Amino acid sequence: MNDLLISLVLILVKLGLILGVVLTMAAYLVLAERKILGRMQLRYGPNRIGPGGMLQPLCDVIKLLTKEDFVPGRADKWIFLFAPGLTALAALLSFAVVPFSPPLALFGREIPMVVCDLNIGLLYIFGLSSLAVYGVVLGGWASNSKYSLLGAMRGLAQLVSYELALGLALVPVVMSAKSFSLNAIVMAQADWPNLLRHPLAFIIFMISITAESKRTPFDMPEAENEIVAGYHTEYSGMRFGLFFVGEYINLVVIGAMTTVFFLGGWHGPFLPPVVWFILKVLFVAFLFIWARGSMPRPRYDQLMHFGWKVLIPLALLNVVVSGAISLAMNS
Amino acid sequence: MNLWRDIKGTLQPFWITLGYLFKKPVTIQYPEEKRTPPPRYRARIVLTRNPDGSERCVACQLCSAACPVNCISMQAAEDADGRRYAAWFRINFSRCIFCGLCTEACPTMAIQTTPDYEICNRDVLKLVHEKDDLLVDGCGKDTEYNFYEHSGIGVVNGRGGNEDEYGPVDPKSLMP
Repeated sequence: MNDLLISLVLILVKLGLILGVVLTMAAYLVLAERKILGRMQLRYGPNRIGPGGMLQPLCDVIKLLTKEDFVPGRADKWIFLFAPGLTALAALLSFAVVPFSPPLALFGREIPMVVCDLNIGLLYIFGLSSLAVYGVVLGGWASNSKYSLLGAMRGLAQLVSYELALGLALVPVVMSAKSFSLNAIVMAQADWPNLLRHPLAFIIFMISITAESKRTPFDMPEAENEIVAGYHTEYSGMRFGLFFVGEYINLVVIGAMTTVFFLGGWHGPFLPPVVWFILKVLFVAFLFIWARGSMPRPRYDQLMHFGWKVLIPLALLNVVVSGAISLAMNS
Repeated sequence: MNLWRDIKGTLQPFWITLGYLFKKPVTIQYPEEKRTPPPRYRARIVLTRNPDGSERCVACQLCSAACPVNCISMQAAEDADGRRYAAWFRINFSRCIFCGLCTEACPTMAIQTTPDYEICNRDVLKLVHEKDDLLVDGCGKDTEYNFYEHSGIGVVNGRGGNEDEYGPVDPKSLMP
């Protein structure tokens, strides 16, 4: 009974810690993105509130919370109100299986530094990232607006063309770890990270995850200069904020996924494992911000052509080749 | 399909943006640092004076007529010696578009633009400048010009008495 209580408390503490860290990171990634993009365009970015603009996220939250929560006429009210939460929720739930440090020995107990070490963690993350598109589709559908509907349609089409390549890119990773558990995948990268073992898979993964997370080179669902703001055109106040924060939580999740699958998780010399993990996540987030500052948006059919005709065949080929290589090395 | 060109075109922008990331931004942080506008910048409008200190404006209404947004209004008056001046002169800066057409229309160089661009105000009525606000001590861009020394009938000098004028011609002496 006592044992159960302690594990429960531990899980709650870990949950609180992860929620706090992830939400803070998401809030400050917004600021970091604005500042880095600004510097890339020879501007300063927000620097007025607090030292160097450090209180900007707080002010943004206050602004969003005090805005009118508007539901457009003839919108499907309940779905409209529910959809933004779905996006943020799916992004947050993914963090349950991400291991951010090796097991910690505390008070004579072995505490795994992950909320829940599922043996199908990778599939769980895939399932949730597919669920996240429901927020986009339902929000776009329920808004009763052309632009939202177009954005939702694009989001769905994008997901269909990229999820397959994303899954196939991770098959070599699973093959070399011989497990779907994220913990096992990190353990398998103790000597060298998967980035060096499967470079092609890494490139395919990065491209598809950008499309999956609707970030800039592939942000057709919210293409500002074509369809206003895509699926969140009609949203205002904190509901828009939830979509927005969901996107940045997603960025943290993507960083964590890339770190776990390809950059060797918490492994690294000199620094403590958690620090390595956070550094790697931030580095991947920087890569995405950098891409946003550098790349133009392709057309929507170009993206689907690229997904179906280039990435999926390449990913399949990669699976076959890495399978053959590991088979040859084992025998 | 030129694959090599496409790959190069995808990677080059990353290099360029990384370079820009470490350059100094071109932004001027306005309230702290201010740019100096060029001397002929068109901002706050003033009424200047002659080199001898008298008002230049003769209330001819040309600036008011030239103004595309009708923000200049005035009342003309006349001295005992026939010298015209503006009884009141008003520019509504909440309407002014700083086009400078008034300065081009002015025959006496009275109305001139200055580089002082910080005239915004929360109270819109404070943007209506009266003659007292507009009149400055100085000649502005031309330090020598005095309209009545070149033109105008018998105000400063007698008829035809200005430097670049002939005296009046006696029509009877022109008889054939």
